[in-house]
Amino acid sequence: MQASTAKKAIDAKLRAKGIGMSFKRDGNTTAVLENIDLDVGEGEFLCLLGPSGCGKSTLLNIVAGFLEPTSGTVMIDGESVKGPDARRIFVFQERGVFPWLTVEGNVGFGLFRLTRAERETRIAHYIKLVGLQGFEKAYPQELSGGMKQRLEVARALAVKPDMLFLDEPFGALDSITRLIMRGELLRIWEAERKTIVFVTHDIEEAVQLADRVVVMSTRPARIQKIVEIDIPHPRDISSPRYLELRDGIFEEIGLAHKI
Amino acid sequence: MSSTAWTRRLERVVWPLLLGLVLLLAWHYSVAWTGSKVFPSPLDVRKGMAELARRGVLWGYIADSLRRVGVGFCSAMVVGIPLGLTLGWYPAASQVVNPLIQMVRPISPIAWIPISIVWFGVGERSAIFLIFLAALFPIVVAAMNGVRNVPSIFRRAGRNFGLSPLRLLATVVFPASLPQIIIGLRIALGIAWLVVVAAEMIAVDSGLGYLVIDARNSGKRYDLVVAAMLMIGLIGLGLDIGFRQLETVKAIRWGFRHEG
Repeated sequence: MQASTAKKAIDAKLRAKGIGMSFKRDGNTTAVLENIDLDVGEGEFLCLLGPSGCGKSTLLNIVAGFLEPTSGTVMIDGESVKGPDARRIFVFQERGVFPWLTVEGNVGFGLFRLTRAERETRIAHYIKLVGLQGFEKAYPQELSGGMKQRLEVARALAVKPDMLFLDEPFGALDSITRLIMRGELLRIWEAERKTIVFVTHDIEEAVQLADRVVVMSTRPARIQKIVEIDIPHPRDISSPRYLELRDGIFEEIGLAHKI
Repeated sequence: MSSTAWTRRLERVVWPLLLGLVLLLAWHYSVAWTGSKVFPSPLDVRKGMAELARRGVLWGYIADSLRRVGVGFCSAMVVGIPLGLTLGWYPAASQVVNPLIQMVRPISPIAWIPISIVWFGVGERSAIFLIFLAALFPIVVAAMNGVRNVPSIFRRAGRNFGLSPLRLLATVVFPASLPQIIIGLRIALGIAWLVVVAAEMIAVDSGLGYLVIDARNSGKRYDLVVAAMLMIGLIGLGLDIGFRQLETVKAIRWGFRHEG
């Protein structure tokens, strides 16, 4: 684990050092994050894994620039993060698409600096990439949950960001759609090679997707362990190595995998 | 399937019409049985309406009333929407202005009649000012609350794409609050129509409100009074139905509950 961190540190895209976060409410201070050090490599797919309410979403909001940490610094490409940036797009659950815009309008939302022709080519390209052809003029309320999620990913990718932050993006989808969406996301990631930080509480999801899984403790959250998933894509989810890594994380979190 | 949908749409028209017919009959017979000399029967009212149409005043009066509502309502919209958006956008500004709005709002537009006559004289402009005033507050409040209730997820998404504050307001905050603004406009239009009638009773000498007062004062023509009242009601219904069509526009529709 030490060795892998050192290797990644050379070409770290994102470097968080000593991140702490506490919230004050009714005079009480609650520590949510404590002393988090994390490097994310260029083009890496990193999963933040932890139980609900452990603070992993808070960490994601900090590295995305939406929240200021109580202590510590976040550097991306050697610059310290001061706020949200169009080079790094945050993808919410599918509720983030704009219901007053069509599919085209949503995908083109961030492209206001381009000429009309450039914008149209870009929109067509990303609509095709996420498989929403034929729905260009449709409004989000006419789409299924999975389609809305793909639309939001397309809107994020269309501005050609270096990084994507995904906050439990498939949490609201049914289990079959969720599996399909994971495959789609990996296909897109392989085509575009963005650096991805993906928050989830689903162990299987983390092991299926990530290059490295960051296991977080309960509150105040610390990094408990970083697990490197050394299985090439496409991953066989019944291979011994997959099961070994998955079971290792189950144990790490303290769950016996018998129900 | 489509035939039952068609039947259901037909029922939505047939039943209210049937109720109207029953009430008309009840009205007719209660006038006949009580032998009232003052209160007109539906047939008298129909004759009165025909007389107004023949004299050529009916359409002129309707047009006058609608014009006043149109001008007053549109100026309230032009002032009220930007004002409401600004107040919603800058909470500090609304903290200063909101108590004032909440104080002026409960004053009935009718109470403004003497003041508006002092400011604008007896006539058209006075009536339009009253309508403007009555329509303004619901619009301002709806736009203000609309902006405040924009889900933070939309604002954050807008900020993430690097939008300037003005562009964020125009492309995210305004469309996100549009459904609430539309509801405010609909309420304001209803109030404007209510107020035009009151304003015309005092400040002008044309329009449906004037017709009500004039018909009573010049010869106790209650058939014309009731005819004018019916026209006021029917046009109000028409305005509301027309306005509701806006709610079916797809870019707005998401903010309303629609079956299917």
